[in-house]
Amino acid sequence: MTQETSDKIRLEDLSFFFGDFQALDGVTLSIQPNEVFGLMGPSKSGKSTLLRILNRMCDLISGVRVTGGAWLDEEDILAPGYDVVQLRRRVGLVLSRPTPLPRSIYENLTLAPRLAGKKSRGELNDLAETSLRAAQLWDEVKDRLRDSALKLSGGQQQRLCLARTLAMEPEVILLDEPTSGLDPISTAKIEETLLELKNDYTIVLVSNNTKQIARATDRVAFLLMSHIIEIGKTNRVFTVPADQRTDDYISGRFG
Amino acid sequence: MMQREKFIERGLLLLALSSIGSLALITIFIFIEGFPLILSTGLKNFILSSHWAPTKGHFGILAMIISSVLVTLGAMVIGVPLGLSCAIVLAEFSPKRLKMVLKPTLELLAGIPSVVYGFLGVIWLVPLIRNYLGGPGLSLLAASIILGIMILPTVISISIDALTAVPDLYRDGSLALGATRWQTVSRVVLPAASSGIITAIILGMGRAIGETMAVIMVAGNALQIPTSVLDPVRTLTSNIALELGYAAGRHREALFATGIVLFVIIMILNLSATLITRRR
Amino acid sequence: MRLDPHTTQRLVKALLWAFTGFTLLILIFIIVDISIKGLPQVTPGFLSQDSTDMGRAGGIFPTIVATAYITALAILLASPLGVGTAIYLTEYTREGWATRIIRFGAECLAGVPSIILGLFGFVLFVLKLGFGWSVLSGGLTLAIMVLPIIIRTSEEAIKAVPQDYRTACLSLGMSQWQTVTRIVLPSALPGITTGIMLSVGRSLGETAVLLFTAGAALRTPVSLFDSGRTMAVHFYILAREGISMPNAYGTAAVLVISILVINVVAYTLMQRLMRRYS
Repeated sequence: MTQETSDKIRLEDLSFFFGDFQALDGVTLSIQPNEVFGLMGPSKSGKSTLLRILNRMCDLISGVRVTGGAWLDEEDILAPGYDVVQLRRRVGLVLSRPTPLPRSIYENLTLAPRLAGKKSRGELNDLAETSLRAAQLWDEVKDRLRDSALKLSGGQQQRLCLARTLAMEPEVILLDEPTSGLDPISTAKIEETLLELKNDYTIVLVSNNTKQIARATDRVAFLLMSHIIEIGKTNRVFTVPADQRTDDYISGRFG
Repeated sequence: MMQREKFIERGLLLLALSSIGSLALITIFIFIEGFPLILSTGLKNFILSSHWAPTKGHFGILAMIISSVLVTLGAMVIGVPLGLSCAIVLAEFSPKRLKMVLKPTLELLAGIPSVVYGFLGVIWLVPLIRNYLGGPGLSLLAASIILGIMILPTVISISIDALTAVPDLYRDGSLALGATRWQTVSRVVLPAASSGIITAIILGMGRAIGETMAVIMVAGNALQIPTSVLDPVRTLTSNIALELGYAAGRHREALFATGIVLFVIIMILNLSATLITRRR
Repeated sequence: MRLDPHTTQRLVKALLWAFTGFTLLILIFIIVDISIKGLPQVTPGFLSQDSTDMGRAGGIFPTIVATAYITALAILLASPLGVGTAIYLTEYTREGWATRIIRFGAECLAGVPSIILGLFGFVLFVLKLGFGWSVLSGGLTLAIMVLPIIIRTSEEAIKAVPQDYRTACLSLGMSQWQTVTRIVLPSALPGITTGIMLSVGRSLGETAVLLFTAGAALRTPVSLFDSGRTMAVHFYILAREGISMPNAYGTAAVLVISILVINVVAYTLMQRLMRRYS
C-alpha cells in the first residue's frame, strides 16, 4: 500500500547532549501534516529541548551535540549548512512566557515579514489583521495598533506572540507551554485558536498540563527522562495507556 | 542569506581585531625605535646610570626611574587613604540620597584635565611649599600631592565597585552578631573586597606613573636623584615630553627607549591587576 | 589602651568623613578658582576671535575649531571600530580564546599612558606616514586612545539588552545581523551614546597625545593636514610659558565647562533614551 501523505516531521534515533548531560535519548517519532501533536511529561524530561531542535533554536546554546536524524518534509534539518533562517520562517515557535519586542503592536507583527520580503503596505496591513483575528486579539487592539506592545497585559502579549508567528505564514507552529502563567480566559482563547488553526497548520504542543493535552491534541507522545515511553492517539493513550508509567503520570501519581 | 551573514561576521572580526592590532602596532613601533639604543648603550648602563647627557652620548635614566618611583609612591600615600575613605563613606556609611549626590560630584574630579591640575598646582601648591617648607616649591612633594589628587577618581570608583560587590549577607550576618558598622566594615567587608581594592590601588599606580603634563608643571624637572621631598625631580614621562620636541638621532632613540621602560613597567602593573582579579 | 567599639566607630567615622570632606573641598576649590578667575574672560569675543601675539591677546577661536575637528575625527574613526568590536564579542562569538585575546588587547590599550601614545603617533603618523603635525595625525592617535572606552561601554550596553528580544527575532526567521541592527542596537543606543560622550570628554582634556601629533600651530586648521592647537594644548602652553594668566584661566574655564556640560548631557541623554526604549 503506497503512502498517500508523507510525514511532515520525522525524527529518527535523535539524541541530544548539553555537554555531558543527555537531554534526549534515541527519540523516534513522526508528526503528520495538519495534526495537533502533543508532547507531555514531567519537567526536565526533554520536551522543550525536542521542540527547539525542530526549528534549530537549539543552536543558540553553546556546547550542545545532536546525533540521529530530523527531517521536515524529508529535508534533513540537521545538515551542516542548512538554511536555518528559512527553516525558522517555516517553523514558528511560541514560548511559555510572552516575548514582545519593544515596538508597536503593528511593528511586532510586520517586522519579520517585511524582512522576509513582503514590502507592500497593503500586504502587511492584511497580514497584521488576519493574524490578529486568528489569535483572537483583533477586537481588543484594532484601534491601537501603534501603541507599544509592552503596554498589553500578559495574556494579550502572549496572543500577540502567537499572532506574530502566524504572520510569518509558517507551515508548522511549535508551542512550548504557551498558556503557563496565563489567566483562564486567555488560556481558553489560545486553545480555541489552536483548534481552528489545525486546518491550515501542523501544530506541536508541549504542555505540563495533562488536561490541556487531553483537550487540545490529536496524538500525543509521553516523554520521561529523555526517553519516549509511549506514542499514540490522545483518546487511546488517555483511556487505555499501554505503559504503566504513562498511566501513573496521567493519573497524577507523579509529575 | 547565509553567505551574506558569513561575510558580515568576517567583517566584524576584522573590526574587532583593531584593538589588539593597535596594541601590537604601538608595541612594535616603540620597540623598533628604541631598542637599538638600548642595545648600543647596554641595558645595564641605560637603566643603572644616572648620567643623562644626550648631546654627549650619555644615556643613563636611573635618576628618572627613581624619581618616577618616588613620585608614584608619594601619590599612593596621599591618594589611597583619601580615596579609600571616600569609597568607604560612599559605599557603607552614606544614605542613598547622599550617595546619589556625592557619587557624580566625585566623578567630576575625573573629568578635569591633567593640565588644569598642574596649573592650579603651580599657582597654589608650589608657593605654599616654597614659603612654608622651603626649597624651590617645584618638587617631589608637589608632584606627589597633585598626582595623589589626580588618581582619586580611579581609586574611589574601583574601590566603591569592590565594596558594593560584597553581598549584603556578609554585612547582615556580622551586624546580627552584634558588631558595630565599623567593625563590620573593617573585619568583614574590607577583607572580602580586598582583591578589588588592591586592583584599584594598582591601577591608580599605573595612572600615576603614566601621568605627564601635571608632573611637568610642578615637579621642577631637575636631573638629579632626590635626597629630600623638597628637591625638584624629573620623571620618565616628563623627560620624554620635555625633550621630544627637539631631540634628533640617538637622542630621539633614547627617548623611545625610555618609552620602552615605561611601557614595560605599566604592562607589568596592569597584568598583575588582571591576575589578582582573576584569582579571586 | 582598648577603646570601646562604639567610640572607635565614632572616631573612625569622623576621620573618614573628614577625609571625604577634604576631597570634596579640593574639587570645589578647583571649580571655584577656575570659575572666579576664568569666567570673566569668557566673552563672546574670546570665543570667536583669533589668537594674536602668541596667545597674549585675542580669543581662542582657532583652538575651539581645532578641538572640534580633531575630536570629531577621532570619534568618527573609533565608533565603528569600537561598536563593531562590541557587537562581534557579544553577538557573534562564544567566550573562548578569540574573545579573550580581543578583550586583553582592549584592556591593555586602555592602560597605555598618553605620552607613549604620543610617541607612537609621532613616529607612525607624523614621521613614517608623512602626515606631519596635523589634524589627521592627532585624530588617528586619539581614536586609538578612546577605542577601549567605546568598546567597554558598548559591550555593556549590548549585553544589557534582554535575551528575550533576540530569541523572539531569531525564531521569527530574522537573521543574526537583522536582529542586531533592527532590535539590539537601537535598544543599546543609550549606553553606546553615553560611551561616546565619555570619550569626547576624555579627548577634550588630552594634551600629551596631541602636542606631539597635532602640533601647536595657532592658526585655525582648515584641511586635515593642517596643524592645530586644541584648547588643552593651548592652555598648557599659556600656563607653562607664563604667557598670559587671564587667558590661561579663560581657556581653562571653557575647557572645564565643556567637559562638565558633556558629562551632564551624556547622563541625561542616557536617562531619556532609556525611558523611550524600555
